[in-house]
Amino acid sequence: MNTLQWQIATITKITPETAKVKSFTLSLPGWIKHRAGQHYDLRLTAPDGYRAQRSYSIASAPERTGEIDLTIERVEDGEVSTFLHQVVVPGDRVEVRGPIGGYFVWDATTSGGPVLLVAGGSGVVPMMSMLRHRAAVGAKVPVRLLYSSRTYDDVIYREELASLATGGVEIFHTLTRSQPAGWTGYARRIDDTMLAEVSRPFGASALTFICGPTPLVESAATSLERASLRADRIKTERFGPTGT
Amino acid sequence: MRANEELTLDGNAVGGLLDEVFGADLTAAVGTCPDCGRRDALATLRAYTYAPGVVLRCPGCDGVQLVIVRTPRGLRHQLRSVIERR
Ligand SMILES: Cc1cc2nc3c(=O)[nH]c(=O)nc-3n(C[C@H](O)[C@H](O)[C@H](O)COP(=O)(O)OP(=O)(O)OC[C@H]3O[C@@H](n4cnc5c(N)ncnc54)[C@H](O)[C@@H]3O)c2cc1C
Ligand SMILES: [Zn+2]
Repeated sequence: MNTLQWQIATITKITPETAKVKSFTLSLPGWIKHRAGQHYDLRLTAPDGYRAQRSYSIASAPERTGEIDLTIERVEDGEVSTFLHQVVVPGDRVEVRGPIGGYFVWDATTSGGPVLLVAGGSGVVPMMSMLRHRAAVGAKVPVRLLYSSRTYDDVIYREELASLATGGVEIFHTLTRSQPAGWTGYARRIDDTMLAEVSRPFGASALTFICGPTPLVESAATSLERASLRADRIKTERFGPTGT
Repeated sequence: MRANEELTLDGNAVGGLLDEVFGADLTAAVGTCPDCGRRDALATLRAYTYAPGVVLRCPGCDGVQLVIVRTPRGLRHQLRSVIERR
């Protein structure tokens, strides 16, 4: 089995995360240990041979063997995400290939840190693999995650993130559309001031990962360079128009 | 930003395709733009995915660095940047 070969994964579990987001557990006959941050390509084939292919980041830790989790947001009129959300049930099969990617990856023992993670919407998925990986290997690397969601109810992995925020992991939320009563986090789109505040304790050489909708990734990367973070330490991954 | 910039992906999205064409995941390999000299990982290039092909452009000067087209007889590509495999 190599990462290029398509294989038939069985969906063994579907877990709702928010109203628009579900996690899918895929059991893989040709499982290969991934690096946190990598993705799989998933393709659907219609009876007439028509194919649609998309990329989905791995949400689970590399330390989990034989299966992976993908966390997928339902995009309005989205061909693949809507099918996965509305049609697929446990026991169904989908074709995937992976793990893919050698750039937007983080290894707790060799990549170093401190690590600054900036995510919007489903852009938090590869970051979750990194945080779960860090916890699984008991690493002490300091990590700060700045995570932008539309509303409180749109925050993916809300409870697990809260439980991971210990022993050197700090999580900062910003809610861009509405905030519950008593909200103490940020309440606006990610901007220069917010990024400067969150990144300051790590200094200019923080290893930075930015992921999410393309406009958010572009503006966060530009802001961080303005805040004099080293450009060669900033890694970006664009999901397209999806999300916040 | 140009029109449709929202839809733009980057080189990460075509890691699988690069592997099909070059036999290795080249997203972390460094490419040098022939137009402006920018040197960075292929993952940082702008990816315009128009089925049945992909165009990778330099984020510095917008110059085309790599075109991959899927034809009935297989994948065809035209490479303009110089790639250093690691
Ligand atoms: C490397 C990589 C990793 C990714 N990882 C994940 C992941 O972990 N989880 C995840 O949910 N997604 C992820 N994505 C995005 C994913 O690949 C798909 O793009 C997404 O699921 C939409 O596909 P679709 O077929 O449902 O929609 P499509 O059929 O492709 O799109 C439907 C239509 O909606 C438009 N559209 C899409 N989004 C919007 C929007 N927000 N506003 C307005 N119009 C829009 C499109 O232009 C299109 O016309 C990743 C993308 C990349 C490149
Ligand atoms: Zn250039």
